[in-house]
Amino acid sequence: MAEGSYRANVLVCGGTNGAPSEWRLCRDDGEASGVAEVYQALVAELQHRELDNEIEVARAKSRGFCTMEPVVIIYPEGILYCQVHADDVPSLVEETLVNGRVVERLKYEEPEDYGEVPFYDEIPFYSKQKRITLRNCGLIDPENIEEYIVRGGYEALAKVITSMSSEDVIDEVKRSGLRGRGGAGFLTGLKWEFTARAPGDVKYVVCNADEGDPGAFMDRSVIEGDPHSVLEGMIICGYAVGAREGYIYCRAEYPLAIRRLEVAIAQAEAYGLLGEHILGSDFCFHLHIKEGAGAFVCGEETALLASIEGRRGEPRPRPPFPAVRGLWDKPTNLNNVKSYANVPQIILNGADWFAGIGTRRSKGTAIFALTGKVNNTGLVEVPMGITLREIIYDIGGGIPDGKAFKAVQTGGPLGGCLPAEHLDVPVDFDSLKELGAVMGSGGMIVVDEDTCMVELAKFFLTFAAAESCGKCVPYRMGGRRMLEVLTRIVEGEGKLEDLDTIREIAAGMETGSLCALGQLTPGPVMAALRYFEDEFRAHIVDHCCPALECQAFLSYYVRPDKCQGCGICARACPAEAISGGKRMIHVIDQSKCIKCGNCLAVCPSRFSAVTKVSGDSIEVPAEPVPVGEWHE
Amino acid sequence: MPRLESADELRRLREAAQQDLKIRVGTGTRIIVGMATCGIAAGAQETKQAIVEELEKLGIDADVTSVGCIGMCSKEPLVDIQQAGRPRVTYCNVHPDMVPRLIEEHLGKGHVVQEWVMGRVPDLGIGQ
Repeated sequence: MAEGSYRANVLVCGGTNGAPSEWRLCRDDGEASGVAEVYQALVAELQHRELDNEIEVARAKSRGFCTMEPVVIIYPEGILYCQVHADDVPSLVEETLVNGRVVERLKYEEPEDYGEVPFYDEIPFYSKQKRITLRNCGLIDPENIEEYIVRGGYEALAKVITSMSSEDVIDEVKRSGLRGRGGAGFLTGLKWEFTARAPGDVKYVVCNADEGDPGAFMDRSVIEGDPHSVLEGMIICGYAVGAREGYIYCRAEYPLAIRRLEVAIAQAEAYGLLGEHILGSDFCFHLHIKEGAGAFVCGEETALLASIEGRRGEPRPRPPFPAVRGLWDKPTNLNNVKSYANVPQIILNGADWFAGIGTRRSKGTAIFALTGKVNNTGLVEVPMGITLREIIYDIGGGIPDGKAFKAVQTGGPLGGCLPAEHLDVPVDFDSLKELGAVMGSGGMIVVDEDTCMVELAKFFLTFAAAESCGKCVPYRMGGRRMLEVLTRIVEGEGKLEDLDTIREIAAGMETGSLCALGQLTPGPVMAALRYFEDEFRAHIVDHCCPALECQAFLSYYVRPDKCQGCGICARACPAEAISGGKRMIHVIDQSKCIKCGNCLAVCPSRFSAVTKVSGDSIEVPAEPVPVGEWHE
Repeated sequence: MPRLESADELRRLREAAQQDLKIRVGTGTRIIVGMATCGIAAGAQETKQAIVEELEKLGIDADVTSVGCIGMCSKEPLVDIQQAGRPRVTYCNVHPDMVPRLIEEHLGKGHVVQEWVMGRVPDLGIGQ
């Protein structure tokens, strides 16, 4: 913008005002004209042409184009000229300031070595991604609504308010085929339609931002990186279903997400995009944030609504579904963060565009939080139908340290694992279900050969069992009993009948639990049993943990052929179970060993003399003997 | 900021903001730091502080902004440098002790630090 009464402002940038900058000392091109000379030449030229009342010239700090200084910037056009010499000034003034033409030879030239840097779309991590929901994440400042608006933000809302009826909006969302991104995969448009058609004047729009799955951070990233996309989706939903108020239920463990939401809501209200008379229309919609209080079950829709109402987070039987009777018994549309975030793009680009991505029954893209034993951990958005192998190997870069892939856990503690034989399954809502896994909200945890599948199942079950609200017996008791059985197996006291017991309890939980939390809790255990039953049997029958993880089945030995008698392990042993002196082969007393693994951790890698085995033993001397004197 | 009272006003604001951003970005240096939880956990706040201090020390006027998570969480802190509106160049795993050399070479000497660079962000975005 040109400032004041001038028609143009010219800034001469470089160095520090008046004083030579460090950069000038570095320059070795020997150019005699610097920032000061250019400035003076400009002042003189403008005075000479009697333009000094119309055009202002000022000095300014370097803007970081150090090898290109002196830099001259002309406003209001925003033209950047580089390596301007005092001799260039007359033609610069003539061409640009008088005649409005750009002097091509003075324009910024990108350094040559930029061309060697690959574009993101050429990098394996990104080349198979299709970033629709994440289109703005990492590109805009989430605390500046204008950066969202610059990239087309709130244009969908404007389109909806000015040219679409609520039926039009619902129809578009239905035709797009968008299915709920919280994991259940119910047709979003249909849910909106049920809520719209339910009788009543007071309705609510609720966003589930509870994201309780361990290892999942998709929703958090969307809110932290592009909160307005969620707001816009919710406002459009309010318009479509006839609601005037909405709630975002965000877990309290996400303070940054909550803060970004608060900032976004305040800015949207200030700009008239939220609140009373949105964009000057009759449509009013207000949003509130409700913080969760640490209960996983509050990610379940009816427990979530109870929590907003101030009651204890407990699910209730359905029907009636929230669309008919929800928050304070009013019709309520409840969707996941990512479901709402997709809506503005569907409105702008059309249902057909969205339906053109993905598979026949799962349209659009899916966001995964790729974590665990994989090289490139992070947040990925891929079209539905991509295979697990492509996600883990092409995008994820494979398993680190040359280890072998063992399984991938999808859907968090309510999902299931899939082994290598199913790596080529195309990922969508339905295909994974057939194999005993669940796409879920998008958590994807990769494990390798060093992970014990029994212990992994127990980890998820421990979490889920602790999160039981207690209302129904199948989950409250079933979860606990199943955990007891698994714990015994992992601690070395398993019996073969335990596997049938697990199956029986699982069947009871799946059919008898009040809500999806109880119904799906056996998922990880059953999937582990389905694909890795041999590991369970190894624990029970052979007293062995093939992945060398379960402490009860491990033995640590000092390898007599490798030990050099440095003594580090003996000093590190908290149980004083290792004997041996300098240059003596050390020996671990198995009766004293507490299996802490310290010795393995501290043995210098050039010796690698400590080994852990399971269900096996190695020959070692009964007493420490001098190094080199052990022969098997 | 005045309330927008119509879709037309939104459109005009968008156009004005686009133009304003284009000029602001096109006439300067922008340094963009990933500031989602993944970035912060990796130390992005310290990195951003180091950048601000280094720019202050060298007397350089650059626009330092925060953004959300661009997806490569394992490479955070991520720092992008964008000059004169050209595609942003992303540097990965940028810790505070790397900042002086980064500023000196990229801004001071005008070339990319090849061993730390990861990629260039296309103008329209990634994976569109």
